[in-house]
Amino acid sequence: MNTINMSMAVVVAVLYGVGFYLLLQRSLMRVLIGIVVLGHGANLLLQLAGGPPARAPILGSAPDEQIADPLPQALALTAIVITFALTTYLLALGYRSWVLVGHDEVQDDIEDRRIAHRRAPEASMGEEAGSDDMSEDEDDPGSAAASGDPVEPSVTSGPAGSGRGVGR
Amino acid sequence: MLALVVAHLVMAGLLPVVSARSRRAAFGVAAVLPGATLIWALANAREALGPGLEATTGWAPALGLEFSFRLDALGLVMIILVAGLGALIFAYSAGYFGRKSRDAPRSAALLLAFAGAMLGLVLADDLLTLYVFWELTSIASFLLVGQSGEHRANRRAALQAVLVTVFGGLSMLMGIVLLGEAAGTYRISQIVAAPPSGAMVTAALVLILLGALTKSAQLPFHPWLPAAMAAPTPVSAYLHAASMVKAGVYLVARLSPAFADRAVWWVPVVVLGLGTMLLGGWRALQEIDLKRLLAFGTVSQLGFLMVLLGAGGRIAAMAGLTLLLAHGLFKAPLFMVVGTIDKITGTRDIGELSGLGRQLPALAAVAGLAGMSMAGIPPLLGFVGKEAAFEAFLHEGGTRGWTVALGLLAGSVLTAAYTARFLWGAFAAKPGVEAREVSRPTLALTVPTWIAALGGLALGAGYPLVDALADGYATAYPAGDDALAAGYHLALWHGLGLPLAFSAVAVLGGLALHARRTAVNVVHTRLRHPVSAQRGYEAVVAGLERLAVRVTGRVQVGSLPTYLAILLITVLVLPGTALLIGGQWPDDQMPFHSLIQLPLGLMVIIAALALVRAHRRFTAVLLVGAIGYGIGGLFIVDGAPDLALAQFLVETLTLVAFVFVLRRLPAHFAENTSSSGTRIRKALIAGAGGILVAIAGVVLSGAREAPPATSAEFVRLAPEAGATNVISAILVDFRALDTVGEITVLLIAAAGTASLVLATRHDRRRDGQVKSGSGSPEHEEELLR
Repeated sequence: MNTINMSMAVVVAVLYGVGFYLLLQRSLMRVLIGIVVLGHGANLLLQLAGGPPARAPILGSAPDEQIADPLPQALALTAIVITFALTTYLLALGYRSWVLVGHDEVQDDIEDRRIAHRRAPEASMGEEAGSDDMSEDEDDPGSAAASGDPVEPSVTSGPAGSGRGVGR
Repeated sequence: MLALVVAHLVMAGLLPVVSARSRRAAFGVAAVLPGATLIWALANAREALGPGLEATTGWAPALGLEFSFRLDALGLVMIILVAGLGALIFAYSAGYFGRKSRDAPRSAALLLAFAGAMLGLVLADDLLTLYVFWELTSIASFLLVGQSGEHRANRRAALQAVLVTVFGGLSMLMGIVLLGEAAGTYRISQIVAAPPSGAMVTAALVLILLGALTKSAQLPFHPWLPAAMAAPTPVSAYLHAASMVKAGVYLVARLSPAFADRAVWWVPVVVLGLGTMLLGGWRALQEIDLKRLLAFGTVSQLGFLMVLLGAGGRIAAMAGLTLLLAHGLFKAPLFMVVGTIDKITGTRDIGELSGLGRQLPALAAVAGLAGMSMAGIPPLLGFVGKEAAFEAFLHEGGTRGWTVALGLLAGSVLTAAYTARFLWGAFAAKPGVEAREVSRPTLALTVPTWIAALGGLALGAGYPLVDALADGYATAYPAGDDALAAGYHLALWHGLGLPLAFSAVAVLGGLALHARRTAVNVVHTRLRHPVSAQRGYEAVVAGLERLAVRVTGRVQVGSLPTYLAILLITVLVLPGTALLIGGQWPDDQMPFHSLIQLPLGLMVIIAALALVRAHRRFTAVLLVGAIGYGIGGLFIVDGAPDLALAQFLVETLTLVAFVFVLRRLPAHFAENTSSSGTRIRKALIAGAGGILVAIAGVVLSGAREAPPATSAEFVRLAPEAGATNVISAILVDFRALDTVGEITVLLIAAAGTASLVLATRHDRRRDGQVKSGSGSPEHEEELLR
């Protein structure tokens, strides 16, 4: 039971191809138009998949077995409306982006580029606890003093007779 | 039993309310539940030593998951450690943490939650239940070591602990699943009763051992345990001496009765255990921080326990269980002593402490009592266990027996030596170091210490009690016709024999080693080498991070077109290949169904191709409109007037919306700066994608065999919905909910669009300045004009 004929298949192919191509562009406006064209292609495909041309699904206008399959039509109708909603929203988004940054180009993420040029992370999680830069830490966190009452910063004496060098 | 575990967790959640009023009261309240648990367990001791006490609660019955718990001899010993020592450490914490300490409220709640998780772990009779509690203890340990996260040392130590133990835990989960599937059950008692075998079980055992060895800080995973000493001392005493680090040993003890006779089980356990015992003892001899000294001692003792509980055999099992109990009872008070010393002197450094024994004889006495148990001096429990340990391997004889026995002897010499070093370092008067004036420690600090240390003495003298426990566990190892093993019982006096000689050599050798500590230090410095487990951990983590950066740099290039192209290529390669292989081109393909499709289709195609080349925005929008109207025409041909109507309306509205926006945008698209090569590549990918979609449409719709299932029903029922138009009947009646959803989407989109447009107008009205974004001043000016 074949439904999509050759000429319509070509139309679908062109619509999807053009849609994909525009989607790959950097101009937001072109991307948006690409989405609209893709939407057209999808709606057409949905309707074509329902069956070959037939009479409109209106009862009484034709015998029941001659009318077109109504379900894909209902679904395509919903899809058309949703595509419209999506288009207007993206349009507003593109407009706002143009207002704020002065162009409607999709820029590369500079941060990602920076990561690509980096050979190693800036800091490692695996450094040894208590290694050479312990001096940055003011006190031994495992000590009783650290678990005692918080010491007022103005008090310089610290725990009685602590032999440990205070880092700062 | 589930109720007990849950009570711990609930109580932990409520504890912050108490600690807001009083830190000490919070620790007091927290001690109640572990105390009650200990009493409950002891009350059920008779049953636990006999058949075992079981309780099962459904979890997800449809998946065959349940919380099954079981209290037996091994569980009872672990509860004495978890709940008994837990209660003592809560009492100790009340004295240790300051009245206004910021760490105390968090630590109290987390310690209690940890106690609950640990209780669940040792009671679980289901491998998956055990795994859940296993990971909960890892998380609790991470939070307790990390504390407030203000200190670099805390953060690193917590991270290292959690990375190592969770790595082991995850591999253990894989092992659990393999073992459970091979055995057909996840119930530990059933698996141990009828152990499965095969290659899958061998792999499972290796994976499970990885979990046990990481959790119990065995070679080469041990460095996380000394690093975890960045936690407050009560936390170290509880998690990293008495209970959590024993989880790995516990798991080995649980499964050993079933698997200890297999080389894949006992070889890694015994070899790594012995290595860990020796390395830990040796490293303890060079530590100058009392707490880290004890931490390496713990590493060493955990290796000892691994050897005993993983080697198999009745006597070894009895020795292992005894020492498991003994280690908790001497290591926890030793940590408490260190905490007390730190509290009253402000240091834990061997080089700064002097003459403390003369000032605080009671503290020195309790430390000596616990230390004697650690070194294996009669009549303490540690001695009873060590006698049995030597007996086990000397009796076994042969290469393995003698090797292990001599290894344990060497480890015990080191143990005695670092015990002596600990006591000397903490309490002895050292020449050249000034003795400090110290205040007496409070009762909250000393009483729990004494109780735990006296427990070791009482159980050593009252060894028949421990013998009953050990015997209850060791029944899992049938001694067969070995009369000595079958009749072995723990005792303080076994007569003159090799084990006693070994014990004597261990203690005397340790004292001799301590006496020659300067020589030991020289050897230590000479043996310093660049390869260490800590370096290995750092290298592995750093390597992973470098790999992550490299992969991220490759995969996440930051270019939207690249991402989309990759997605499209994936679609082309995967479903495209499937379509080429499995698809069948329909043989009754027609060039067209209706002649009018040709001009309409041609118009759409021309408009679409022109769109690609359009440079003016307005041209592009008009071309999109042309495509839309053309498709509307095709809908009419297809017999879908409703669709065509909607398409015409929507297309018109879209055009209007575009024109509103185009009014403000520049007339031309920005010049395409990409090279022609890039453009051709994009066109090829896009074209291939379009062709693939068309082919898929033809092939898939051609593959249809039956008429649509629901459409005839819709046509038949439409009159009952009061409609002659079937489409409207579907939209407002049969599938009305879809339509409601669609309307909602429209509303949301309208609200979003309106707010985006109004935001710009708002900016303009305010004070002539765009509030956000990074537009150039010239652009803003132009915009606001």
